[in-house]
Amino acid sequence: MLETKQPAPEAVAGLPDERGHFGPYGGLFVAETLMGPLAELRAAWEHYLADAQFQRELEEELRDYVGRPSPLYHARRWSEQVGGARLWLKREDLNHTGAHKVNNTVGQALLARRMGKTRIIAETGAGQHGVATATVAARLGLECVVYMGAEDMERQAINVYRMKLLGAEVVPVTSGSRTLKDALNEAMRDWVTNVDDTFYIIGTVAGPHPYPAMVRDFQAVIGREARAQILDKTGRLPDALVACVGGGSNAMGLFHPFLADEGVALYGVEAAGRGLETGAHAAPLCAGRPGVLHGNRTYLMEDADGQILHTHSISAGLDYPGVGPEHAWLKDTGRARYVAVTDDEALAAFHTLTRVEGIMPALESAHALAWAETLARELGPGAEIIVNLSGRGDKDIHTVAAHEGIAL
Amino acid sequence: MSRLAQRFAALRRAGRRALVPYVTAGDPEPAATVGLMHDMVAAGADILELGVPFSDPMADGPVIQRASERALAHGVSLRGVLSMVRDFRHDDPDTPVVLMGYLNPVETMGYEAFARAAAEAGVDGVLTVDLPPEEAGPLLAALDGGGIDPVFLLAPTTSDERTRQVAAVARGFVYYVSLKGVTGAGHLDVDAVRRRVEHLRTLVDLPVGVGFGIRDAASAAAVGAFADAVVVGSAVVSRIEQHAGDPAAARAAVAELVGELRAALDGLPAAAAVRQAADT
Repeated sequence: MLETKQPAPEAVAGLPDERGHFGPYGGLFVAETLMGPLAELRAAWEHYLADAQFQRELEEELRDYVGRPSPLYHARRWSEQVGGARLWLKREDLNHTGAHKVNNTVGQALLARRMGKTRIIAETGAGQHGVATATVAARLGLECVVYMGAEDMERQAINVYRMKLLGAEVVPVTSGSRTLKDALNEAMRDWVTNVDDTFYIIGTVAGPHPYPAMVRDFQAVIGREARAQILDKTGRLPDALVACVGGGSNAMGLFHPFLADEGVALYGVEAAGRGLETGAHAAPLCAGRPGVLHGNRTYLMEDADGQILHTHSISAGLDYPGVGPEHAWLKDTGRARYVAVTDDEALAAFHTLTRVEGIMPALESAHALAWAETLARELGPGAEIIVNLSGRGDKDIHTVAAHEGIAL
Repeated sequence: MSRLAQRFAALRRAGRRALVPYVTAGDPEPAATVGLMHDMVAAGADILELGVPFSDPMADGPVIQRASERALAHGVSLRGVLSMVRDFRHDDPDTPVVLMGYLNPVETMGYEAFARAAAEAGVDGVLTVDLPPEEAGPLLAALDGGGIDPVFLLAPTTSDERTRQVAAVARGFVYYVSLKGVTGAGHLDVDAVRRRVEHLRTLVDLPVGVGFGIRDAASAAAVGAFADAVVVGSAVVSRIEQHAGDPAAARAAVAELVGELRAALDGLPAAAAVRQAADT
């Protein structure tokens, strides 16, 4: 919308405001029953954000259970093959459970325990957030129910079984488009019904306030580490950061600690699916418009009547019609740029990284890798680019095989 | 005085409770809705609540979710819903109509354009489920310009402070959500609702309607003993769903249920009616 405008640093810093707004985005758009519980959550979050003992416990969990810090890896062969900027991978794929999602679920589960909640619920698309939630629920001995679109359960059967092994109940959602957005609706319905003993762990930087800010703050460990690591390895800040954006939690986690570093360009990569022109995509920032869904105002994929559209991406984790409200504001202010990469481009990047570096990326992360190749050539030698390798690709091998007509 | 306020005043004078049945506009098919609305009035409805279908009805249980899906399969839009209200209003200038739905279709149409078109169509109240007062300022201003009453929810989790904030901006009536849950849930605790409604009356001057979880004549009568209005949604929509392939049968089944609910509400103990009449 206002992509070329240079923001004043204060336009994007210190947000959200008191009522959860990032510019015109974010906010609190939920039924009355949830207003009280969300106020309670916000109070608890603000209290423990400043609580040294809680923060110490969180740090310990991230170090000893998740395996942080994750390495910042110089992908030499990939950089050489691409021919241009130096490409660095922030290795969130090496976290326990294989993706960045666990940074957030560890944090929210600790918060749930402090709030005296005994039951955890979550929505999941690809299953990564569901697995990360089931994992911490097992670790803390909390009951866990995960809502998952029936279509996604078919696409991600292995993650469904992982969740069950971890003791979670996985509930198929058959309403609407039977994917992530419908799972989110169903989790909200559960929460409104069981709000006394239940904590809803949202997996991305979307939803009603305080979720977008809270999930961002739990994920910002990615960017804090990456910033220190690149300074240590190169003696300077990078020229650009690249991350995939579905709801946008891995991207926001990487970007946020760099928001004030005006020389660092931020690129969010959405799923162009079969191509933006086909309508079969999941790119609300590139091809949608602002609206209200799932508790916040943000860019959405919607029709002329305000009904939410079905989305398509080869990557279940990006297959969502909305996006975190802070991304919407970073787009409008021009602080970050949002681009889109097709299924085929992401698959090509998946193969490249696997063959050249021996690292099999998640299909979500492969979208960021594909754009990073374009950007590396554009910026040329001497430039430094950090790509968030948000998850590992083991979960996707059936999808890749099926796409290529191979029966496993 | 708005049509909603007039209707509640008249009911109060008569010592009666408002029966407010809900249907989703365009369910089971767009051509059935206006007839259904007239049938419900003929069977004893005092106020009609008309659901605006939405792709992601987060606060609704499975029955109303499926009604939304049936309506959307016919391409029912917010403008289409307003045109149904206009058709209904052509033959019924008196019965108040409250739209219940979610914010995004309204936001897409534009608040001013929506308020103007809704007022022209003869809409009396608008309940936007996912719009709490904190975010409602611009829509409230637009509705005010159209003379439309904004109806808000109150919930078991609503604090007294919030109740006062809601009461300060609500008009027509307030809608007390009788349980923690979605529409059509099955765990109504009538005594708890009664205590809560009695407490709300110390904080809110508007009539208090109660809905979510009222499924039959018995629960309607029990809630009608203390509420000013009884909202019945999923039970009505279930009748439509049972006859989704036969709109005429659906209309007959809905009229039968509304008639039963009316009889149950009118069979209230005389003492309750006297107390209510004495209030006016």
